[in-house]
Amino acid sequence: MRFFHRHRGLTPYLLLAPGVAWLAVFFVVPLGFLGYQSLQTGNIDFGYAFNWAWGNYWHALRDYRAQFIRSIEYAGIATLLALLISYPVAYWIAFRGGRWKNLLLLFIVAPFFVTYLIRTLAWETILSDNGFVVNTLQYLHVLGPGGRLLATSTAVVTGITYNFLPFMALPLYVSLEQIDERMIEAAEDLYASKLQAFLRVTLPLSLPGVVAGTLLTFIPAAGDFINAQLLGGPSNHMIGNVIQSKFLELTDYPAAAAMSFILMAGILVAVAVYAWIVGTEQLTGTAV
Amino acid sequence: MSSIAAPARRERSVPATVLAFARRHALAAYSLLFFAYLLLPIAIVIVFSFNNPTGKFNYTWQGFTWDNWRYWDGVPGIRSAIVLSLEIALIASLVATALGTMIALALVRYGFRGRGTTNILIFLPLSTPEIVLGASLLTLFLNLNVIFGFWTILIAHIMFCISFAVVTVKARLVGFDRHLEEAAMDLGANEWMTFQKVTLPLIAPAILAALLLCFAISIDDFVVTYFNSGSKVTFPLFVWGAARVGAPAQVNVIGTAIFVVALTAMLANVLIQTYRSKGAE
Repeated sequence: MRFFHRHRGLTPYLLLAPGVAWLAVFFVVPLGFLGYQSLQTGNIDFGYAFNWAWGNYWHALRDYRAQFIRSIEYAGIATLLALLISYPVAYWIAFRGGRWKNLLLLFIVAPFFVTYLIRTLAWETILSDNGFVVNTLQYLHVLGPGGRLLATSTAVVTGITYNFLPFMALPLYVSLEQIDERMIEAAEDLYASKLQAFLRVTLPLSLPGVVAGTLLTFIPAAGDFINAQLLGGPSNHMIGNVIQSKFLELTDYPAAAAMSFILMAGILVAVAVYAWIVGTEQLTGTAV
Repeated sequence: MSSIAAPARRERSVPATVLAFARRHALAAYSLLFFAYLLLPIAIVIVFSFNNPTGKFNYTWQGFTWDNWRYWDGVPGIRSAIVLSLEIALIASLVATALGTMIALALVRYGFRGRGTTNILIFLPLSTPEIVLGASLLTLFLNLNVIFGFWTILIAHIMFCISFAVVTVKARLVGFDRHLEEAAMDLGANEWMTFQKVTLPLIAPAILAALLLCFAISIDDFVVTYFNSGSKVTFPLFVWGAARVGAPAQVNVIGTAIFVVALTAMLANVLIQTYRSKGAE
């Protein structure tokens, strides 16, 4: 322990070293390998050669444009649905939860206690062709007599929305919970209607939660392939399904690596654009 | 408090009161519906663990039986998959929490060059889609000709658990009263003794929380594991394989068991917190 006293400046680095090294070797370096692989050509039998094959990227975008767009579309719709569904509940728990808050939050994260794949399989059961949901919808003539939900985009979006809902609800709750209720009362005392008070005070103050929840939901949703695999059909496949099959079934590593990079870049761009829009909105919100 | 005081402050007309009443209960009713929606799939998992399916598919209710629970390992491969998942989760959560706690201590306690970079390094794995994490590790192992199996799974799990451990422990350390440590030092304790006798007991709940979180994330992980498992099969991989030919009811049994254990642990945690905050009042 003398050593630490004599070299106090070293202590933080010694504490950091093992964990940071682990992340460097097994997170940063692999991303480099992924990039390296994405610019190679060849196949599993004759080996791969690195030759700056940027064509892999263009081919991926050309051949799998539909899957890329579908990923963004499904993830976007699911994120929006999750926001609309969980905002009122987060509001209710934050302002009316009282001493039941912790218990209600426990209910919100309850789905996470069931293995991801198993809860997705449960949706397969719920949406199955002879299940009560399909029967009810057929009875109400929303679905035709032979209509089904499985293998449709509705089923995939339903699954994604459900699976990532807690990621949306929790940050929403945290930001709503921090709002000083006296601010809302003050707005009402100054003759704001309930709606005005909500739009001008509560909603802007909860925006950090909306942003965090949206990102936490959208990012994993865009890369997901489990819902599309279990609840959708081939026409609902997302880019995750393509990456997965190229890597693990077709061993077309360069193409799969290029697609992984495009997915990551696409998400980064989407996040940046989103942060930019929300940022400016927040600015104008405070200016008004 | 304020919600009780508010109606008394201003006189409201009768329709407004009725409207306010309806609105409040509309929100409560909606929340009830929301929880029903949230818990429906869980109920399905539990109920179908008692199903007695006649064919291969455990989709429609056929009748009640205890057999799936009695013969929970009656499907080939399920037992070894569970054992592997538990082993990986146990080791990964211990290692990741140790590494994560050390990083959190360094980040909160010390000013040093490279703090910003370290923070970004912690944040990035959390904001990278799992499929990219899995795919990039796969290319690393492929290019280095590493044999896929237990060790590659373990390495991957430790990797994606570290950030969660850092975030959990850091949250607790930030709100920590440093005067307690200074007091110990004033009373003649050296740095190591202070850490052992003061810091560690105070952040122990956060370390435990990080352990449980990492354990839960590890045992549930499918995507990263799927890319780096070789021929090894963890429980989620078993479910994936089984789902292609119709998952047996035993999958629901294990799913229910994991759910009950996790729920009990979390309930105990919530109760202890409530009890402690009551004692503090």
